[in-house]
This record gives sequence, structure tokens and C-alpha cells, in this order.
Amino acid sequence: MDDSTILHISGLRLESVAGNVIVDNIHLQLQRGEVLGLIGESGAGKSSIGLSSMCYARAGVHIAAGAIVLGGIDIRTLEAEGRRQLRGKRIAYIAQSAAAAFNPAHSLMDQVCEAPVLHWLMTRPEAESWARELFTALDLPDPQNFGKRFPHQVSGGQLQRAMAAMAMSCRPDVLVLDEPTTALDVTTQIEVLILLKSLIRQYNTAALYITHDLAVVAQVADRIKVLRHGKEVEEGLTEQILHHATQEYTARLVAVRGAAASERASAATVMPETVLSIQDCHAYYGDFHVVRGVSLDVKKGETVAVVGESGSGKSTLARVVTGLLPPKSGTISFQGAPLPASLELRSKELKRRIQLVYQIPDVAINPRQSLLDIVGRPVEFYFATRRDEMLERAKELMKLVELPEDFLARKPGQLSGGQKQRVCIARALAAKPELIILDEPTSALDPLVAEEILTLLRKLQGELGLSYILITHDLDVVHRIAHRTAVMLQGQFVAFDQTDRIFDQPDHPYTQRLITAVPEMRVDWLDQVLAKRAAA
Amino acid sequence: MKLFGHKLTASAAFGMLVIALFIFICLFTPWLSPYSESANVGGTWDEPSMKMVFGADQIGRDMLTRMMYGSRMTIGVALAITTLSFLIGILTGLVSAVLGGWVDIFFTRLVDVMLSIPSLIFALIILGVFGSSIPTLIMTIAVLDSTRVFRLSRALGINLRVMEYVEAARLRGEGLWWVITREILPNAWAPLVSEFGLRFCFNFLFIAGLSFLGLGIQPPYADLGGMVRENADAINFGMMAPIYPATAIALLTVSVNLVVDWMLSIDARPSGAQAEL
Repeated sequence: MDDSTILHISGLRLESVAGNVIVDNIHLQLQRGEVLGLIGESGAGKSSIGLSSMCYARAGVHIAAGAIVLGGIDIRTLEAEGRRQLRGKRIAYIAQSAAAAFNPAHSLMDQVCEAPVLHWLMTRPEAESWARELFTALDLPDPQNFGKRFPHQVSGGQLQRAMAAMAMSCRPDVLVLDEPTTALDVTTQIEVLILLKSLIRQYNTAALYITHDLAVVAQVADRIKVLRHGKEVEEGLTEQILHHATQEYTARLVAVRGAAASERASAATVMPETVLSIQDCHAYYGDFHVVRGVSLDVKKGETVAVVGESGSGKSTLARVVTGLLPPKSGTISFQGAPLPASLELRSKELKRRIQLVYQIPDVAINPRQSLLDIVGRPVEFYFATRRDEMLERAKELMKLVELPEDFLARKPGQLSGGQKQRVCIARALAAKPELIILDEPTSALDPLVAEEILTLLRKLQGELGLSYILITHDLDVVHRIAHRTAVMLQGQFVAFDQTDRIFDQPDHPYTQRLITAVPEMRVDWLDQVLAKRAAA
Repeated sequence: MKLFGHKLTASAAFGMLVIALFIFICLFTPWLSPYSESANVGGTWDEPSMKMVFGADQIGRDMLTRMMYGSRMTIGVALAITTLSFLIGILTGLVSAVLGGWVDIFFTRLVDVMLSIPSLIFALIILGVFGSSIPTLIMTIAVLDSTRVFRLSRALGINLRVMEYVEAARLRGEGLWWVITREILPNAWAPLVSEFGLRFCFNFLFIAGLSFLGLGIQPPYADLGGMVRENADAINFGMMAPIYPATAIALLTVSVNLVVDWMLSIDARPSGAQAEL
């Protein structure tokens, strides 16, 4: 170990209170000014490793073995007070959800200045002027007065940058970034990414960059470590991982993104008849005008994607179609007949024909019901079948979504995220619907699992002639299963056309911005974007 | 030792043992008690002897027999009150949470009004006006107590109502009864069950308190609170008589609390789990 090594973790092993091994035999080394990407699916142990680099373990987990050497000191041998002295000062943490990490009762300046003052590094005025310098470096609006605001008064992207300022407030040697851009919109993500990268370079800080998105980490990391089930799969230079992965798992992670470019939804399933048609629809939350004059039509066997950032009104549009939020004006017709605006006015038969699949499968199915209850209930409810027929149909549905029959006796807690989403799809299919609204069906899932769900959705569309309205922010998903795509901005469609045309010839500047903001699986993508911007 | 897959603590085991003993005695009082409920078998406040383990009460009835019948009565009434108050409270609370709007405003305001009157005073007025029969007693206290159950189940219901599986059921077109009994209630059981234990304790003490004031269960029925009052004068003569029923009240209350504490700890995070600092 030479002088430039700032963080050295060897033989790290984390165990849960129950004795399960969460992370095993992890070695990592970080030089000054170097960025190491930690990548893996949920449950791979990325965050636990990130936290243990500060010798911190969440409730229920403890560090069972290994050495964590920060700047020549093995922090595992220190007492709690000694560790506290290091945290924030020499090693700092940036959490995934800035909104949840800031205290809403204090101004941003108070929270950014807290650490350096507490560690006796700076006086309060010094800390404030340093904070303003950081706000400027992070391109925050009105850096002189930005600190006076409270967390709820700034946007998500700004808050994430304020958190970066907080982490940098003591000029730490090591930054731990735990999915810093995952909760952000794609156009915001790129800005935060650019600023984080320049911040790390400017102050020559070493960083652990934790993410599940290989394309994002490729832009900032010098090296990447791939993790799975708490064990290291492989580690290599970023370039090497992207193009010459030695492990099959890594290759699959890389390939998921690559597949998007080659696959397109086939038009074979689309039939001429219109299933749903919305004309000039306006919807409000109280006085807030959310959906502003949207017109949309969906044909039988077709997938129409509605793309937009958070707050664009796309989920509200889904609520309008399902009848949960009756629109103020505009007409909706379903299979040629007008569709009553509110859910209460719709017949059981109409309710049956339109089904919804939610974003987060964990809360979309009742944890206290067995899968038979969950999947069988719509069958019983809509078709008044006998118990044995219902059981037959439930088995059939399990087969359709490729789950084993004996899962019917299980409760949701015994399933993985991807399996739960399959149950949600089975529940929707149980009603034999004509239209399924998919509200971000894959965004809570790991990339490889999401891939399987997309394949399943396409297969079902082909077999059953279903129409989908796909609500999403993920352009990759759109690319692959949508026949037509609508781009939504501030409650309006700025573009609505064949998916290919939207992607190949984006007319509207917002569509262009959206498409160019999606990170590509290349090391130099971000630099090229910057170069292009500089040229323009 | 484990129960329902959770490690049993010593205090919880003690609590369960005591509760089991009380339940056993209450169920089989007529067969277990040495004498009949109102038989005079000794003199006023006789000292404990082989014949009468806890001595005699103020008119010479066997204290142990009276305590057995008293427990049976007090526990039975408290249990009836708690069950009834939970039925009323859960039903109104969940309906209020799920329907919202005017129904919710009506029930919450009604409960606010009831809660603004001290419940002991309220009970005294009702029992004073209608007389203190056991059914009136149960109804009055159950309605009063259901306000607290209402608040809890409404709060639980409001948290669960916004879950997407409940929305999914509404989208399917399920009725109110299905949503409440199948979607919401199974997810609210854990806090409700522990609340049941606590409310039972309060009701048990409340009944004992009312009887002590002479407004609860009336003679000739034995009940623990009434027995404390009837025998209170014995203290002046340095005799133990009122201590026995008072101890029974304390013992049961503490035991139920110990078990409830254990049940609440199950819901919390895994035992011994704390962030490593």
C-alpha cells in the first residue's frame, strides 16, 4: 500500500443479526482523486459496502470481519468517538434521496455548515463563505442567498446538489455517493452528473460511486467493481468492463442496454379498430391544471407510450383513464361508446375491460392475501365462477405469466420483486381486459428482471391482442415495446407519433433534450455531450 | 422458548401464566371455589386459616370464594366491554377512513364531543340516570371506550386506504365491506390486537373503579373493585382483607401489560438490532 492509497478495505464481511452473510470477502482500494464504481442489482450489498467504508452498519447488520483503513488508520479499531471524528470530515456520504436526507426544519445553509463547525475546522462565517463557493461550483441559482432556503423550497436536482455541497463542506478525502442521480429525472440527472464529476476533479477527491446503472457509472468512474449477492463478480477499468467483460453476468448487464437499439416493437399485432380515444382532455387537482388538452387514441393490439418527467402529468392521465380522477372537460370513448368520467358511474363490465398495473409491485398487492386470493378474486368477481373453475383459471393465469402453479399458496412476502410484478400482471389478465394501463411497470425492478417483464408483456400482447398504455420515464423501455409514443411536458403532448419517428427525427426541442440526456454505454458519452454544448 | 416463531421473554411468560390462571379460574369458578358465592362461613374479617385461605370478608364470607367469583364477574364484564367497543370502534373507524367526506366529518366530530367530556363523569351521569344494571354498564362504557378505538382504527385505515392494493380493489369495483374486511383489516390486526390488551386493562380498572365508588357491579354479585370498598375498613384494624382483591386487580393488569409489551416488541425491528456506530 503506497501513500496515494486513501481507502483500503480488505476481507470485508457483513452479517445480519440473524447470522446471514450479506457481504463477503470484499477487497477494494481507492487512490486519491480516483473514482471507483460499485455496481450491482438490489440486494447485491452495494450500499452496505458504501456505508461500511465509514465503518457504519445499518440496524440489523454488523461488520463481522475485515479491515477498513482510511488514510493509514484502521477505523474498525477506533472507538465510536474516534469514528465520529472521521465521518463528515475525512469521508462523507451522499444519499440517494436528498429529499429524505435533509431535515425540513432547518435552512440549507445551517445543514451545509453544520459539519465543518462541529468538527472545529472552520468558524461559522468561514463555513458560510465556503458553502457559497460550493453553491457556485455546483451551479446552484443565486449562490449568495441559496442557503437561506429550506429543503422544500428547492427542486429535487438542486437538493441533490446541495447535498453534494454538504458532503464537500469539510473537504473530505473520500466521498461515498449512493445512487446520487437515481431519483432524478433524466434531464436533471445529466446536469447533476456533470457537476459531480467536475467537483470530484476540481478538489481531487476520491469517490465510491454506487449505482445500478452501468451507463451512468461509466461516465464518472475510473474503475468499476461488479457485485452480485454480496460477492465480487469482477473488477476492472471502466473501458474493460464495458467492452471486454470476463464474467458472463457483467456481459449480460452490458447487453441489456445494448439490446434497446436493435429491438423494436413489431407492428404485426396492431389492428385497425380503435379501443380508446381521448379528445381534448383537461384534468385538475383542486385548482392545479395538470392535464392540459390531451388527445390520444389507442388501437387494438397497440402499445402507446406516454413519456415525460416527474410532474409532467403522465400518471394523472392514467388516473383519468381509469376513472379515479374525472376530467373537467374533454371526452373519452372506449370501443366506440362514451366512457363515463368517474369510476362510480362505470359499469362492472367497463371496469373489467380496463386494468391497471402499478409501478411498485410491493404495495400493489395485499401482503396478507395469498396469490390465489389475489389472482382468483377478479375471476370470481367478474365472472361469478365456481371455486374449482376459479382455481383452474388461476393456474392458467400463473402459467401465462410464467410462474409455477404451487406459488398460488404463497403470500407476496415470499416472492421477489420481479415475481410480484408478474402477479400484478396476472391479476390484470384475470379480468380478461382489452386495455391495460402500465404505470412504470419496470422502473422499480433491476435491469435484468425488467428485461424479462418486458419480454413477457410483448408475448402477452401477441397472444391475447391486448392494448397497452405505457406510462414511463425510461426511454429505453419505450424504444422496445411502444408502437407509438407521446412526449408529455407540463400537461401537454409536445409530440405524438410513431416511436421510430420520435426517436430518429425529434422535432420539438424538449424531445431532443430528453433523448440526448439518456446516458449511453460509452465512456466518453458525457464528455461528448459537454463538447457539443460548448460548440453550440 | 418460542411462541408463534418469536422468542418469549421471561416477563411475557410470567404474564401469560398469570392470565392463563385467571382464565382457568374464571371458567371453572363454581367447581373450584370452596364455598358458594354468598355463603356465610365465618365471622367478620376472620384471620386466614386452613378452612379459609384468605380469611373472611366483612360479613364472614370466604374471601377466596368471593375473589374467584369477583374475578369472574369483573373480567367477564371488562372483556364484554372491550369486545363491544372494538366492534363499534373498528367498524366506524374504518368506514370513516375509507369513505371520507361527510361520513368521516360526522363521526370524527361526534367522537371529539364525546372525548371532551371526562369519561368517568360521563359514566356517572348515565349510570345515575339509567341505574346500574350490568347491561347498561357494558353498553355505556363500551360506547365511551369505542371513541379511542375509533381514533386508532381510523388512523390505521387512512394509512392503508392509500395503498395501491386498496385502490386496485376499488378499481375492480369491490364494495365497502370487501375493502374493509379483506383489504384493510388483515393489515391492521397487529396494532389492534395489542391495543385490545391495553384497552382491556383500562376497562378492567375502570369497572373496578366504578364498583369501588358503588356505581359498578351491584351486590350480591361479587366483584374485585366492590370487594376492596366493602373491606376497606379492615385496614383501620390492621387487617389484610382489602389487600387481597386489590392485589388480584394489580396482578392481572400488570400481566396483561407484560404480554402486550412483548407483542409490541415483535412488530419492531429484529431483537438486538441497532445501527453500528
